[in-house]
Amino acid sequence: MANQFIKKLGLSKDTLFNLILTISAVLLIILGVGFFLSLFNASLVSLKKFGLSFFAKAEWDPVQEEFGALPFIYGTLLTSFIALAISLPFSIAISIVLGEYFQKGFFAEVLRYLTELIAGVPSVVLGFWGLFFLVPIVREVEMKFEIPPYGVGILTASLILAFMILPYSGSIGKDAMRLVPNELKEAAYALGATRWEMIKKVMLPYARSGITAGIILSLGRALGETMAVTMVIGNYHGIPENIFSPGNTIASVIANEFTEATGEVYLSSLMYLGLTLFIITTVVNLIGRFILKKLQH
Amino acid sequence: MKTLKSILFILIFSLLLTPSLLISQDKELLGAGATFPYVLYSKMFDAYYKETGIKVNYQSIGSGGGIRQLKEKTVDFGASDAFLSDEQLKEYDSPVLHIPICLGAVVITYNLPGNPELKLTPDVIADIFLGKIKKWNDPKIVSLNPGVKLPDKNITVVHRSDGSGTTFVFVDYLSKVSQEWATKVGRGTSVAWPVGLGGKGNEGVTGLVKQIPGSIGYVELIYAKQNKLPVALVKNKSGKFIKPDLSSITLAGAANIPEDTRVSITDTDAPDGYPISSYTWILVYKEQNYKNRSLERAKQLVKLLWWMIHDGQKYTEPLDYAKLPNNAVKLAEKIIKSITYNGKPVYKEVGIK
Amino acid sequence: MKRYLFRIIKSKIISVILTLIVILSTIPFLLVLYFIIKNGISVINWEFLTSLPKPVGEPGGGILNAIVGTAMLVIMALILSVPFGILVGVYLAERSEGRIAFFSRLVSEILQGVPSIVIGIIAYLWVVKPMGHFSALSGGVALGIMMLPLVIKSTEEILKLIPREIKEASLALGVPYYRTILKVIIPAGLSGILTGILTGVARIAGETAPLLFTAFGNPFLNFDILKPISAMPLLIFTYAVSPYEEWWAKAWGASCILVLFVLSLNIITRLLSRR
Repeated sequence: MANQFIKKLGLSKDTLFNLILTISAVLLIILGVGFFLSLFNASLVSLKKFGLSFFAKAEWDPVQEEFGALPFIYGTLLTSFIALAISLPFSIAISIVLGEYFQKGFFAEVLRYLTELIAGVPSVVLGFWGLFFLVPIVREVEMKFEIPPYGVGILTASLILAFMILPYSGSIGKDAMRLVPNELKEAAYALGATRWEMIKKVMLPYARSGITAGIILSLGRALGETMAVTMVIGNYHGIPENIFSPGNTIASVIANEFTEATGEVYLSSLMYLGLTLFIITTVVNLIGRFILKKLQH
Repeated sequence: MKTLKSILFILIFSLLLTPSLLISQDKELLGAGATFPYVLYSKMFDAYYKETGIKVNYQSIGSGGGIRQLKEKTVDFGASDAFLSDEQLKEYDSPVLHIPICLGAVVITYNLPGNPELKLTPDVIADIFLGKIKKWNDPKIVSLNPGVKLPDKNITVVHRSDGSGTTFVFVDYLSKVSQEWATKVGRGTSVAWPVGLGGKGNEGVTGLVKQIPGSIGYVELIYAKQNKLPVALVKNKSGKFIKPDLSSITLAGAANIPEDTRVSITDTDAPDGYPISSYTWILVYKEQNYKNRSLERAKQLVKLLWWMIHDGQKYTEPLDYAKLPNNAVKLAEKIIKSITYNGKPVYKEVGIK
Repeated sequence: MKRYLFRIIKSKIISVILTLIVILSTIPFLLVLYFIIKNGISVINWEFLTSLPKPVGEPGGGILNAIVGTAMLVIMALILSVPFGILVGVYLAERSEGRIAFFSRLVSEILQGVPSIVIGIIAYLWVVKPMGHFSALSGGVALGIMMLPLVIKSTEEILKLIPREIKEASLALGVPYYRTILKVIIPAGLSGILTGILTGVARIAGETAPLLFTAFGNPFLNFDILKPISAMPLLIFTYAVSPYEEWWAKAWGASCILVLFVLSLNIITRLLSRR
C-alpha cells in the first residue's frame, strides 16, 4: 500500500529516503533554534525588567520582586574553578600515566575503568554520598579551624565537582598524549633524554592543546552540574564570603525554586538564569570542541 | 525495507503519543504544595486509596509551588500553609476557595550540647534571625534561661531555601512582633534572609539542624517531634512562655474565624495559645469546569475534600497535627458545598447532604 | 655518568609518584561504591523491589513505583531519540559538507553540552505547560533530548569508519541507495550505534534535574504516560534530603540498584566497543 502511494507521487524510494534524511537534519536545527527561542521568550519579562543589571545585582528578593544573578554566577564560577584546580594535578597525572606509562595490559585497563567509572555514578547519588560522607568530614575540619561548621558550602561542592569532572579531562588528556608520534619520542630518547625528560619536553608540549581542551570541556560540565551541587552547597542566597561559606550556583537555584516560584517576574528570572547558564556552557563547550577539532585535523 | 518500515512505524507511533494527551482518567487526583502536612496527607491518601480505590498523588513541593501550580492549572488542588492575599487572589482568573484541613505550629528548634529546653522571647527570635544576636552565650539569651549552660558558639541560622508556607507563618509572626523585621524583610512564602543557610523543605531544614552543631531553625512541630529535636518555649502576647503542643495550638486556633477561613492566628490573643500557629489549607477552584475537566473529576475532588475534613480527621492527632475545631469544620463544609461545575453545586451529585 | 644515573632515578621516582596519584584519584570512586553497597545491600529484598512506598512511620514498603517509572522514562526517551538520532547521524555521515550538515552538527554539539537542568526547563515549556499538567511524557521528552546528541554522534562516527568499498560494492551490485544504507551500512555499524545508545541510557537513567519539574513523582504505580511518574533518581533525591532514617535507608537501597545498573551498562558498553 505504501509502495503504491509512493509510486503515485512519482518519487523513487531513494528520493524519499534522501528526503527523510534531510528532513531529520533540518528538524534537528529547528529543535536547536526552538530551544534557544523558547528559553529567550520565557526570560523576556525578566529581561525587559532588569536587562543587563540582572548580572550586577546581588539581591534575590521574591517579596520585593527584585532579582539579581550575581551571587549565583559568582557561586557557579567559584565552585567550577576550584574544582578545576583540585582536579588539575590528577587529570595531568592520569594523562601521563595512562597515555604513556600504561597504555596496554591488565593494569592499564583496570586503572582506566576505575578513573572513568566515576562519571557513570549518577549525580544525585554522589550528592547523597557527599551529604553523609564528605559533609561531616568538612565539618570536622571547619571545627578545628573554628570556622562556622556548616559542612555544606562552596568547598564541599567543589570537591564533589572535582571528582565528577576528572574522568572527562583525564580521558581527553590521555587520548591527546597517545597522539604524540612515536618518531618524536624516539628522537628524544636518541638524544639521551630519560623517560620523564621526554614526557616533559616532548609529550606535554605536543599534547598541550588536547589537555587544555579536556580541561575546558570538563569546565563546561562543572558549570552546569546540578543535583550533587544542590545537595551540598547550602543554598545561601548571598555572595559567599570564603570557600567555607554556603552559596548557590545558577543550576542549584533553578532546581530549588523552579516549581515554587509564584510571581511571573520570579519565574521569568529563573528562566533568565537558565538562559544565562545555557549561553555560558555553550560558549565554553564550543571553545573546547573547536580546539579538539583543530587537533584532529 | 522492513527496517525502514519499523523506523517509520516508531516515528509515527511517537507522533501519535501527542494527541492521546486529551484522554484523561478520573481515578487519580493530583495535588501539590505545602510540605508541612505532607506526612498527614500521605497517611490520609494511603487510607483513602484503601477505602475507595482513588489514587491521590500528593507531591510536597512547598506552599509557593502549590499556589503557582494551581494558578497554572497543572494540579487538581494546591496545598498551602499561607492563605492567599487579596492581591494574590486577583491574579487567578477564577475564584479560589480555601479549605482548612488541620492546624500546625512552627517551632524553633536547635542543636546544642545536651539539647536543653530554651525559653525565647519574640524580640530575641527576631534578633537571631536578623543576625543581630550572633553567639549562643549572648546575654539576651542567657538572661532568659538561667541555669542553662550556653556555649560560646556561633549561631548558625537555618531557613527554608524554597517558597514555603512554613516560612510564611514564621515571618508573618516575626513581622507582627518586630518592627525592624517588618520593614527590613517583610512577609512572603520566601524572603530575602539577612543571615543563614537554606534547606529544601521542612525535611531539609530538619536535616541541617540535626547535622550542624550550634544551629537554629524553624520547622513544623511534627518534624521536630519525629526527629526528637528540642523545641523552644515562646513567650506569647499575654506574657506566658508556651510550649508548642496540640492543645496550645488548638487554643491558638480557637479564635474567631472569618467565613472564607483566611485568617492568620500568629501572635494570638489567646492567653494559653502558642503564638506561631497556623491553619493549613487546600486550595481549589470554585468553578470546576476549566480546561476540559470532567464532571467526574470534580465529583472525586469534592468527595475527597469532604472525607478529609470528617473521616480523615482521625489521622491528625496520632501524627501530631492539631485537629480542626468544630467551628472550622462547619465553615469548611459550607465552602466545599459552594464548589460548582457549570455553575451547579457538585456536592448534591455525590450524595452529600 | 653519576649525573645520568641521577636523572634516570629521578625519572623512575616521578613515574612512581604519578602512578600513585592516579591510584589516589580512584579512591573517591571506590569510597562511593563501598558506601553505597554497605548501606544499600541490606535494604534490598523482594519486598523492596516489588511493593510501593508506605507512609512515614510504617515499616516495610518499597520502590516499585520508581523502578517502573525509570523503565518507562528510558523507553520513552529511546523511542523519541533513537530513530530520529540515527536518521540525523546517517545524514551527517553521508553528507558531511554543506550548510544543513554544519548547522545540525552544531546543534547536536551544543545539545550535548547543555546542562540537564536547562533541558528540564525546555521540557517544562514544551510539554508540561501546553498540556497543563506534569506527566511521564514530559520527563521522557527531557531525557530524549539528552540522549539525542549521543545517538547522533555515535551513528555518525561509526558510519564514517565503515570502508567506502563496502558501500560501493553494494551500489555496484545494483542495490538501491536506501537499501544499501539500511541493509548494509547500518548493520555494519550496529555495534557502534548500540554502544552509543547504551552510553546514553546509562547517562539518562540516573538523571534527576530534568525530572524535578516534568515527571514530578508519584507514590503510586502508574503506567499512563500522561500522568506524573516517579523515577529512581527522583526518589533518591526526595528521600536523601528527608529527615527520616528509614527513608535514608531506602535511598541507599535505591542508589545501590541504580549504581549497579548504570555501572554494568558502562562495562557492557566497554566490552562491546572493544570488539
